Amino acid sequence: MLEKLLILLFASNVLAQVCMPDAPEAYKVRLSIKTALGDQAYTWNDNELYLFRATLAFAMRNYLSGQLFDVSNILVCNETERVSFWFMVKSVTNPTTLIEKQHVENAIKESRHRINSAFLLTDQTLEFLGILPTLASPFVPATPPWLIAFGVVMGVVGAGIVYFLVAAVVQRKRKKTLDEEEEAKGATENEIAGENLDGIYNTSFSDDEKVTEM
Amino acid sequence: MKFALPNPGLEDRIPSYENLETEVGDRPKWDNKAQYLLTCVGFCVGLGNVWRFPYLCQSHGGGAFMIPFLILLVLEGIPLLHLEFAIGQRLRKGSLSVWGSINPYLTGVGIASMVVSFLVGMYYNTIIAWVLWYFFNSFQSPLPWSQCPLTENKTDLVSECARSSSVDYFWYRQTLNISTSIEESGGLQWSMVLCLVAAWSVLYVCCIRGIETTGKAVYVTSTLPYAVLTIFLIRGLTLEGSLEGIKFLFTPDLNELINPSTWLDAGAQVFYSFSLAFGGLISFSSYNSVHNNCEQDAVIISIINGCTSVYAATVIYSIIGFRATEQFNACLDGNIQTLMNTLDLAEGSITRNNYTESLQRLNSSDVYHPIIQELSLSSCDLQTFLSEAMEGTGLAFIVFTEAITKMPVSPLWAVLFFVMLFCLGLSTMFGSIEGVVVPLQDLRIFPKNFPKEALTGIVCAVSFLIALIFSMRSGDYWLALFDSFAGSVPLLIIAFCEMVAVVYIYGIDRFNKDIEFMIGHKPNLFWQATWRVVSPLIVLFIFVFYLVSKISSKLTYITWNPASENFPKLEELSYPDWVYVIIFILSGAPSLIIPVFALYKWLQKCICNKNTHKIHF
Repeated sequence: MLEKLLILLFASNVLAQVCMPDAPEAYKVRLSIKTALGDQAYTWNDNELYLFRATLAFAMRNYLSGQLFDVSNILVCNETERVSFWFMVKSVTNPTTLIEKQHVENAIKESRHRINSAFLLTDQTLEFLGILPTLASPFVPATPPWLIAFGVVMGVVGAGIVYFLVAAVVQRKRKKTLDEEEEAKGATENEIAGENLDGIYNTSFSDDEKVTEM
Repeated sequence: MKFALPNPGLEDRIPSYENLETEVGDRPKWDNKAQYLLTCVGFCVGLGNVWRFPYLCQSHGGGAFMIPFLILLVLEGIPLLHLEFAIGQRLRKGSLSVWGSINPYLTGVGIASMVVSFLVGMYYNTIIAWVLWYFFNSFQSPLPWSQCPLTENKTDLVSECARSSSVDYFWYRQTLNISTSIEESGGLQWSMVLCLVAAWSVLYVCCIRGIETTGKAVYVTSTLPYAVLTIFLIRGLTLEGSLEGIKFLFTPDLNELINPSTWLDAGAQVFYSFSLAFGGLISFSSYNSVHNNCEQDAVIISIINGCTSVYAATVIYSIIGFRATEQFNACLDGNIQTLMNTLDLAEGSITRNNYTESLQRLNSSDVYHPIIQELSLSSCDLQTFLSEAMEGTGLAFIVFTEAITKMPVSPLWAVLFFVMLFCLGLSTMFGSIEGVVVPLQDLRIFPKNFPKEALTGIVCAVSFLIALIFSMRSGDYWLALFDSFAGSVPLLIIAFCEMVAVVYIYGIDRFNKDIEFMIGHKPNLFWQATWRVVSPLIVLFIFVFYLVSKISSKLTYITWNPASENFPKLEELSYPDWVYVIIFILSGAPSLIIPVFALYKWLQKCICNKNTHKIHF
């Protein structure tokens, strides 16, 4: 009985040490190096994996300050040629237990940018399945830019309307005064013309010729 | 068909040839021929050339559509255009007075033209307001329609945007803030109201002194679109996939020629594209000198209009080809990504080029086959993406704007595109305003010396106030209603009446003599045949088929409803009953003005005669 218990304990101990995909504490990671870097892509090998484990340990250290995580605390398994794998984090204080998913998630979220930079990747190319990438909020300027463009156009149009209306009014006034002037001129001209209607009597064209007729 | 209806007193109403030669007066005149041609070209070439013709071309058999289009251009478009130019140049008056001179009973035709110009102008300028909104919003990078906004707590994209697309969201939500049906009017959108103010103000400042100001404006508004189209063509041809688009557009499918709706659509497109029966063209040509060669003008402008349609279609489809290729590539990439992620294959093992072979290979293996079945990969077909192309506002504000976001230096292309649309629309509006203001002057509603600036201002202000309907949340539905009914049936009726009036009431013989007097030679057999028989018949056919198809089909409209099942597909609803009253007012009222006004004149004459008889006794 006791031996069975011991074997069970030992087995569970061993199991706790082995990384398993789809375990409640495990996360899947996927890297898309060629998509991100194209020609400058580096090949994924064990050294890169070591760097990853070290970066994760760094993230865990930052989150749970005081607990000194090491590369050996990060368990990795099921590597594929896609470059994806599963990992779990062993606790420092109690080597037989695993850190819960929530803590791991928070740790990664805090140091996400540093983890991405270590591998020259982004949130989209270094995916932690289950942890949503933070969305960049679009830049919203104080005054909407369209109001500025609108203001400029309306200013030009308004100036144009004012110019044309003022020009029309000025023209009308000018025409009115011209008309009035012409009317006045016309009246005086008529008066003078009236005076000259009779003309000057030219005596050389009198009726004396009747007398000289033969 | 040489008979003419009796028309007493015609000689007294029209200027005689001597009057024409020795004409003096303060009637406005074109500064030069170029202004006149540019104004007419601007009036004819409008938004329809850019966003209706390419769609028709593509959906009716590509290159094969050119055949009915060109045939009907020659048989319907050019004769009608020549007729309007000639009658305006001969009688030297605006459209209302022209028909009144031919016969007082026909004044209704001029009034109908004015009403249609007014209704069409209202909704057309609203489209220009939308173009201005997009133009104002193009001065930022990244463009506002390229990204979805985030929700309040910044965790996720707005659901309506995520389910449709960022361009759809920007158009339906941030521009129109559209309601779910025409009955829900919603409130006024203040951003739209501001854009409407801008649109009507720009129009007012350009039309403030009639052709004196529009004649200068057209130097820019009529030529700029061609420059922009050329720039876009050069840019488009350097983009990947543009040639696919052009090939798709022009690949002929001769079977479409048997389909009567192809010919119907071609005829309707030619008719509406020439902006006939609005009265604006008659007005513009009345400012010409008497001996201007209107026959040549009609042919030149028709050719320019036709060529512009084809050129614009090429440009649009080169960009659509680019967009379709981008979508196709994105679809392929998505599938490749899913495959690689699910099956944990090495990056780069499946590329776009070997996608089909790789998929086949994987499917043939027993291990992978069931997994792939479960993935339900979308099938990516370039032809499907190409035939998705839309028309109208959908083409300009959704499809094209999306294509622009994929080009480098997007704000520049956006600004250019919307400036082009703005110029195309504005130059058409000049003709519309002319078709409203000049008949109003002729109707003598306002005192004789009422300043033209004030009259134009009143027309613009009243149109703006009524057009506020289109700035409500249901505005787009109202606009579609106006577009379908105000600018369709009445124009066909007016055009038919115009032809009958000139050929049979004015008299084709007198008309032939007039043209001989004006341009030096009598119009040849082609013109005789088309004016007397061919063109009226074509217009009659189009009218009858149009009427039949509208009456027999149930009237529906498409709506944007985020809560509907098939979202983002547009939901089709039937119009409520009270809309039928509106439809009758829009279509029926201008058409009925013609007989009603004739009746009114006849009654007036009867009463007048009675009164004169009374005086005798």
